[in-house]
Amino acid sequence: MDRRQFVTSSAALAAGALASSAIVRAATEISFYFPIAVGGPIPKIIDGYAADFEKENPGISVKPIYAGTYQETMVKALTAHKSGNPPVICVLLSTDMFSLIDEDAIIPFDEKGEPEKSWIGSFFPAFMENSRTGGNTWGIPFQRSTIVLYWDKQAFGEAGLDPEKPPAGWQEETAFAQKLTRRDASGNAVQWGMQIPSSGFPYWLFQALTTQNDVVLMNQAGDRTFFDKPAVIEALQRWLDLGRKLKVMAPGVIEWGTTPKDFFERKTAMMWTTTGNLTNVRNNAKFPFGVAMLPAGKRRGTPTGGGNFYIFKKVSRAQQEAALKFARWMTSPERAAQWGIDTGYVAVRPDAWSTTAMKKYVEGFPAAAVARDQLQYAVAELSTHENQRVTKALNDGLQAALTGSKSPEQAMKDAQSEAERLLKPYR
Amino acid sequence: MIQRAHHAIHGWLLLLPAMALLALFTHWPALATFIDSFWSTPRPRRPAAFVGLDQYRAMLADPVFWQSVVNNLWFALGTIPVSIALALLMAVWVNDRIAGRALVRMAYFTPTMLPMIAVANIWLFFYTPQYGLLEQVLSHFGVATHNWLGTPATALACVIVVAIWKEAGFFMIFYLAALQQIAPVLAEAAALEGASRWTFFRRVQFPLLMPTTLFVLVNAVINAFRTVDQIIVMTHGGPDNATTLLLYYVYQVGFGFWDTSYAAALTMVLLALLAAVSLCQYVLIERRIHYR
Amino acid sequence: MSVRGDGGPYAPLGASRALESAAAWLFALLWLLPLLYAVWTAFHAPEFSTRFVPLAPLSLENFVRAWNAAPFARYFVNTFLLVTLILGCQLVLCTLAAYAFARFRFAGAQIAFALVLMQLMIMPDVLIVENYRTMARLGLVDTIPAIALPYIASAFGIFLLRQAFKSVPRELDDAARVEGAGTIQVLWRLYVPLAKPVYLAYALVSVSYHWNNFLWPLIVTNSVEARPLTVGLQVFASSDQGIDWSVICAATLMTSAPLLLAFLLFQRRFVQSFMRAGIR
Repeated sequence: MDRRQFVTSSAALAAGALASSAIVRAATEISFYFPIAVGGPIPKIIDGYAADFEKENPGISVKPIYAGTYQETMVKALTAHKSGNPPVICVLLSTDMFSLIDEDAIIPFDEKGEPEKSWIGSFFPAFMENSRTGGNTWGIPFQRSTIVLYWDKQAFGEAGLDPEKPPAGWQEETAFAQKLTRRDASGNAVQWGMQIPSSGFPYWLFQALTTQNDVVLMNQAGDRTFFDKPAVIEALQRWLDLGRKLKVMAPGVIEWGTTPKDFFERKTAMMWTTTGNLTNVRNNAKFPFGVAMLPAGKRRGTPTGGGNFYIFKKVSRAQQEAALKFARWMTSPERAAQWGIDTGYVAVRPDAWSTTAMKKYVEGFPAAAVARDQLQYAVAELSTHENQRVTKALNDGLQAALTGSKSPEQAMKDAQSEAERLLKPYR
Repeated sequence: MIQRAHHAIHGWLLLLPAMALLALFTHWPALATFIDSFWSTPRPRRPAAFVGLDQYRAMLADPVFWQSVVNNLWFALGTIPVSIALALLMAVWVNDRIAGRALVRMAYFTPTMLPMIAVANIWLFFYTPQYGLLEQVLSHFGVATHNWLGTPATALACVIVVAIWKEAGFFMIFYLAALQQIAPVLAEAAALEGASRWTFFRRVQFPLLMPTTLFVLVNAVINAFRTVDQIIVMTHGGPDNATTLLLYYVYQVGFGFWDTSYAAALTMVLLALLAAVSLCQYVLIERRIHYR
Repeated sequence: MSVRGDGGPYAPLGASRALESAAAWLFALLWLLPLLYAVWTAFHAPEFSTRFVPLAPLSLENFVRAWNAAPFARYFVNTFLLVTLILGCQLVLCTLAAYAFARFRFAGAQIAFALVLMQLMIMPDVLIVENYRTMARLGLVDTIPAIALPYIASAFGIFLLRQAFKSVPRELDDAARVEGAGTIQVLWRLYVPLAKPVYLAYALVSVSYHWNNFLWPLIVTNSVEARPLTVGLQVFASSDQGIDWSVICAATLMTSAPLLLAFLLFQRRFVQSFMRAGIR
């Protein structure tokens, strides 16, 4: 080639190199805060996802930041937002929705019309209940759970019960638990029939009882609570009776963190805990166990739990769009299925359960599908404005009742009046 | 004259960096907290407004606040005398030529080296009902199982035990150093006069240890108001606020509820308590200086 | 120290010595219990974390799991940088300030000293809300200096060093000045070497406190780049899956090992430095 062509082509090459490096330099960076609430090498898994996403989307760089528990991640996200440097996308509790809206921290997902609606409609409706308010969708489900009943098949057999049949309703649950409670010579319980933990966030487990008693604790708008309804007090009474009257459960406040261990140590034959413990129980229970839907009161019921994706407001448009891409990618059927298999969370969309990987997993471990089947009975987790304070009021009331310092009526009345005081300004 | 001025300028220059940082991170925040407590918490839809004593009124009407103050006072009452007495006892033992005293000294000091956040989990195991260590030991003696951390009556006591365990060894070192500085001739003189060991301790050693005791006392008081790590791990302030301490409540209100102005009011109470003790200590130190 | 080396006339002998030793040993065992439990649990599989079967098989699996659960290498580096930064700055600042208080007379010295003493009681730990705001304004949130700054001007350090400097005889100071040494030179050549035991004792207190500090670093750090070990340990402290003591104990041993080892090796020197520092 002659000199002019050489110069032109090398100029073009140089320009091209410059342009592409400019593109690389201008890659949108999205910071992604995520909590860890289950065991396992979660940071590694998340890092792997981020790397895969970046490969498929060269203009975007994802920076996953492990931020602690759900509580701590919320604290960090909000402190970052208030100091003017918010993360772009976070996984936070689905119940934090109102708090985030009140702090003017997040944007809704459905501002953009049709394509979004079909994506949003592809998730289990039970999970969307905590994600929508005022006609907008503010959160997208990612790592969600429900409460399930784990039962010790060996203990069932030893107590003369059919090891393959979990209790279907409250009556059976009581009857089974009474048979399963074993005591030693001096009357101390060597094995309790069942265990419903009540430390940390008793309101979550309480919601299962209230839902089973066919009553809801708050309205959809998040500005009214119903803690002192008779059906709610009934549910609390049942919880108390299990420990005090029927004596099938340890009285007082039962520690959440040691409940799985109590199960492994065979100190309790049945336990209520999150489906997120599935892998943990599978690895550590040295006896055959089963997983079942929670027993029905007037109906079956459980609250949902876990975290949603939220996209933050005070970041650039480009970052928000990149975050949207990331959220869609992370909740694709294959990835939702893989995440569910790796962590024990419930895969958040129905079509994830029809992927080959998930089908094989469920075949090998049918217990994994119990939480999904229970979703038809699931209700929204307690979520209101001033969420932290309102749940604290309820938690304190529940613990007061369980430790006997207040009667259930008094405890719920006090919790309701505190919640009323907090929520009135929001109506 | 110029010498004196020069001298004074040097003094101020030397002091400046430390004072600047102190002002920025101690004095200014204290002042800002004071001011903040008279305003409402700024929210995106409602900017901060001057509300006078409203935060304090809300605080006085808040049962959790009163609970946290009472808890903190019990906590202080439980940890301060016991950890100081234990520290003194340990120092006396290590000072005496008991067998294997280097190992014993190390054992007492080990808790100081461990982060509370980690050992709190271990203590959680100790207190776990039915198969926890305490339960395993007590069941040998036929004591019935008890939910130590889940019962309001015992939860605070359990947390106090953990705090004592953590700090007694640290205070022991100070006492040990002071004990070994007491001139041996005093012991010989007392023995010559036929004083018993207890009398020697009461009349000679303990008064000479007074400065150390004061020093350790100040530290113990500060610790009683600032150690909340074990509560974050073991009880989360429960059951039903039985183990909520003031600083823990400040953390909950400030970083959980985001009610920063109310947190400021709570912090003022904490500061007032600490300032009161500080005043006592300053006065006592003055007296000690004269006494020396 | 007694010349006779027999502990003086009140040293227990015979039966009372044995009794005292027994009591001391009992307490020592109680005090070591958590650490012993941690060692047992860290080296055994989870099913032995509540069962103390003597010949149970040992395993390093917990350490592997703990190491993989969080970037502990990075946390180690962060913590090491943090305590070094804090200690270094504290030594410099507190030396200067203590020297000023000990040897200089200037207007407002009393007030300044009272203000310094204030910090003995009003520690940065209780001013978390406001200090966080300050850090946000300075743009330092989520950095190691942010953790360090509130602690650098330490009233405790100033107080200790002032005592130490005050006990240096004035004649030495005057002699040095006569030889034409400037202020800083006198400080560096005379006072600092004489206060070595105090520096050592103070370093021990500072390092062990900041290595194990939790609440303020928790609030002011967000990401792995700034997070110290204690905050990193939080990943085990609260999980939906409940408490896995084996992994927690393994992580605890991993993160405390440096301090414990350092103390084991240097404990005599530390105690002696406390003595010579005349801290009381």
